[in-house]
Amino acid sequence: MVTIRSRDLVVRLGRHVAISSVSTLLEPGQLVGIIGPNGAGKSTLIRALLGLVRPESGDVWIDDSAIGGLSRKDIARRVAYLPQGQTLHWPLLVERLVALGRMPHLGPLSRLSEQDEAIVDAALSRADVLHLKGRIATELSGGERARVLLARALAVGAPALIADEPLAALDPGHQIDVMDLLKAEARAGSLVVTVLHDLGMAARYCDRLLLMDKGRLVADGKPMEVLTEQSLAEVYGISACIEVDGDWPLILPTGRIKN
Amino acid sequence: MSARRHPLLIPILIALTLLAALGSLTLGAVPLSPARIFAVVTGGGDEVARAILIDLRLPRMLLGLVVGAMLGLSGAALQGYLRNPLAEPSVLGASNAAALGAVCALYFGLSHIHPLILPVLAIATSFAAIGALFLLAGPSESPLTLILAGIAVATLAGAGIALSLNLSPNPFAAMEIMSWLMGSLENRSYAHVWMALPCVAIGAALLIADGRSLDALTLGEEGAQALGVDLRTARLRMMLGVAIGVGGAVAVSGAIGFVGLIVPHLVRPLTDRSPSAILIPSLLGGAALLTLADIGVRLIPTSNELKLGVLTALLGVPVFLVHLMRERRLW
Repeated sequence: MVTIRSRDLVVRLGRHVAISSVSTLLEPGQLVGIIGPNGAGKSTLIRALLGLVRPESGDVWIDDSAIGGLSRKDIARRVAYLPQGQTLHWPLLVERLVALGRMPHLGPLSRLSEQDEAIVDAALSRADVLHLKGRIATELSGGERARVLLARALAVGAPALIADEPLAALDPGHQIDVMDLLKAEARAGSLVVTVLHDLGMAARYCDRLLLMDKGRLVADGKPMEVLTEQSLAEVYGISACIEVDGDWPLILPTGRIKN
Repeated sequence: MSARRHPLLIPILIALTLLAALGSLTLGAVPLSPARIFAVVTGGGDEVARAILIDLRLPRMLLGLVVGAMLGLSGAALQGYLRNPLAEPSVLGASNAAALGAVCALYFGLSHIHPLILPVLAIATSFAAIGALFLLAGPSESPLTLILAGIAVATLAGAGIALSLNLSPNPFAAMEIMSWLMGSLENRSYAHVWMALPCVAIGAALLIADGRSLDALTLGEEGAQALGVDLRTARLRMMLGVAIGVGGAVAVSGAIGFVGLIVPHLVRPLTDRSPSAILIPSLLGGAALLTLADIGVRLIPTSNELKLGVLTALLGVPVFLVHLMRERRLW
């Protein structure tokens, strides 16, 4: 169980303020979606939550520890990270690539134990790529590769998972599989944070949505509260038809609002 | 194409290295019969055979192994760290800096005062180059800043070498510098071995310790950090390992190119292709290749002994042609 908190977080990339004054509390058992237009600061926010960019001011805590006081290895054991559109630099076997996820748990010089290998296999089958185990990762299709990289993140076995656009490159069937998987992780007690562009998926699956615009957190709450005609118009500049189907909204963007 | 380590890779490389070492002892300009060699090994033997084997061939063999191992290993480690299959030991400027130190020793005639002044000065300048590299590259985690800083250091050292050739008082002095720059293991003594060995041992230990970080870098810098890799430590070990190890190796052998570049390419197809898996095979392969090349320069009949660096450069060409043909799918 892991809780991630930020308080008055400000991140500057060069001269550009990428994140301004974001405070949030992310608790275990939730599937949290981060949405917003391109350049809203979604990826920068999660990189700051992982300690991969240094904030100009404000703090991030993982449980009760300030992130600056944790070693990279401490963070790696608690929070798994799936970066956006990851490049693979060497043609590794899928099983070797996914086994990299066990690295935060290995002592110096020790090899993968049988237990580590069982965890790797479990991660492969949960991401539906066990059959690709003996293939070379750089020779897979975009969708297969995305799922293999998800398996790599799952293999860490961390109590929190942060995924940056895990649905890009996936067909609708595998998009649903991945969202089901992330939801199941959250139901099992993990904290799952994911950046999404598909508002329909975000509305359908997430317990909570953070809507970002120009580096600010402009709305935070249940999908029904966050995804309104007004917020979509203000933040995305689109008109949309929003219907309610049981507990979640159905969203159909209908046009661009010209200012 | 298999993507797992060939089970016999390490045993075969060890056997090849031992064979090369044995060849280096037994083959040379003066033919020694196996019986005479055996007599020396068992503690007897005639004076001439003892002198040739113990004072000439043994240190030369040891240096071939030590220098080759360092070049192969550092090439493999740098290719992994920079995620670039064309990286080689000279990329951080350590070998050029060491060469500049050696060239200064030759230019000012210091090597005539005492032959060991040359390698000592070479190691000193390669250490100075690490200092410059630290100042230039700064604490950033990107490999690009390290390459740029390495190019700056290497270019400066290269300019210094060119200057010494430019200003050299007579053609013989220039020839002496040129011939050292081509790289050779001729006429080396145990003092050279004891100078190179600790540098290479420290350098190799630092680079091998980085193996796991290199694997994680397959996922890029942020991917590696998210797996718990402290990139600054990894980078520090890489810089120190290459500078100390390659500096020490170049100081005693001169600039021997291409071993660090081609050995990782030769062993990589026989491993699972992860950067850590090619480190030890490249170390062994480098030792074997350089020792074999050194036997080659002794046996190829030329009026002057062929320089080792010339032969390794010639070996590099076919390896790259094969890679080029595979890349263009002509093979």
